[in-house]
Amino acid sequence: MSAMNFFQPQGRSMSKGGVLMLMAPFFVLLVIAFLYPILSLLSISLLEPEPTLRHYEDVVTNPVYARVLFRTLRIALLVSVLSLLLAFPVAWVMARSRGPKLAFITACILLPFWSSVLVRTAAWAVILQRTGLVNEALQFLGITSEPVRLLYTQGAVVVAMVHVLMPFMVLPIYGALRNIPVDYMRAAGILGAGPLRSFREVILPLAMPGVLTGFILVFLTALGYFITPALLGSPQEMMIATLISQQIREVLD
Amino acid sequence: MTPHRLLINAYVYGVLIFILAPILVILSMAFSTTEYLTFPPRGFTLRWFGEFFGNSRWMDAAGFSLTIAVVTAVVTAVIATMATYAMVRGAGRLGALFQVTLIGPIVVPHIALAVALYLFFQKVGLSNTVTGYVMAHCVIAMPFAVFTIAAALSSIDRALEDAAMSCGATRFTAFRLVTLPLIMPNVLSGGLFAFILSFDEPVIAFFLAGIRDKTLPRMMFDDIEQNLTPIIPAIAVLLTLLSIAVLIGAGLLRRWAARRARPAAD
Repeated sequence: MSAMNFFQPQGRSMSKGGVLMLMAPFFVLLVIAFLYPILSLLSISLLEPEPTLRHYEDVVTNPVYARVLFRTLRIALLVSVLSLLLAFPVAWVMARSRGPKLAFITACILLPFWSSVLVRTAAWAVILQRTGLVNEALQFLGITSEPVRLLYTQGAVVVAMVHVLMPFMVLPIYGALRNIPVDYMRAAGILGAGPLRSFREVILPLAMPGVLTGFILVFLTALGYFITPALLGSPQEMMIATLISQQIREVLD
Repeated sequence: MTPHRLLINAYVYGVLIFILAPILVILSMAFSTTEYLTFPPRGFTLRWFGEFFGNSRWMDAAGFSLTIAVVTAVVTAVIATMATYAMVRGAGRLGALFQVTLIGPIVVPHIALAVALYLFFQKVGLSNTVTGYVMAHCVIAMPFAVFTIAAALSSIDRALEDAAMSCGATRFTAFRLVTLPLIMPNVLSGGLFAFILSFDEPVIAFFLAGIRDKTLPRMMFDDIEQNLTPIIPAIAVLLTLLSIAVLIGAGLLRRWAARRARPAAD
């Protein structure tokens, strides 16, 4: 059932007063704790000290801000692309599995909804530290002779963000792939297309809405991401959210 | 199995290991006897759990978070039920407005909401109060609760409520005796979701926190940032157990809902 079906009015209609009374708490909460604060934030950015677009101009032209902005866009894009590369085959296998195998993969993918972002970020901090698992493996394999700096780098941020956000890519793609009948692939094969060609010309176009949804979801979330970059990133290569928190802290002190 | 299918399967299991391994690593460290975090863990001890439960600062934070999460769950479930019911029973233009505004908290990044709330709450004295956190967490949880409850309301047999009202029940009585029991599983799972969302919320907690009272996620953030003690893995184990409990709860609610849905069809 699509989301919109949920919202079809039905049953004996209520009086205007009754509706207003039942909806009032929702709107009061929304105005106090969402609309008013967000709009006043917007108005500060546009109206102080006088009506101006200067602050937005600053963000784009000030080399410090511009660099952070550009870096954030680049990291978000990189995280989205990597997530897509990891997520698509998983969604593909899920769409073609049944029973315990499907249940197992789904359980793994749904893990983020059960586990705290802080716990996952802490896990990466431990794995990537100087005496961590990755460094020990690198030394054991003789790739490096001494611990490499992995934590507090952009790489650490990207890996941990992919870990947290990838599942949000799997689910929409899985949704799209599941709706493609298996016959389509077979039909393409009978008509002479190889697996690659039938994937490119049959599956990919049909999966595109799911891919786009997942990509946009991950990209937008990554843009505003705060916890992981703040804990695993380097202060020299800051992302927007960390910059915001730093500026707020400075004002506070 | 054809070679390329084998390859795809190997790739997928590689990805699953990438997802699972870090979490298993941190959970296993909760039982290590070493003072620093190391893998593989050495020995076996429950000491770090003792340190967590014996430390008043951690306990205060856990209690503070628990209070906020419980209140958030109740308030979200009640407000979402009221508004969703009004909408499904024909709210006209107000219902359309309701649906549009629901999208807001989903699309605005938490960092922007956190900054906006920080500036506003600072002015009105709601920073670092239970009320402030609850309002912020309710806003975030509201869309999920509304969708869950709307799904139940649209699938129950509306004739039951109409029949009760034809027999002379007021709308409130009909709702209390007929509709509410039917949608209860979804109302509860909406509340459960709000509870977990609130208990685990780090971004708003980062901006609203004061020097003294801190939520558990905020305390964890500081610990990870500063020295990363073995208490963090211990908390990870406890949070995981809590999630499993909630999941089992949600599963039971789903089964309950399925049992309720059946008699209406017969």
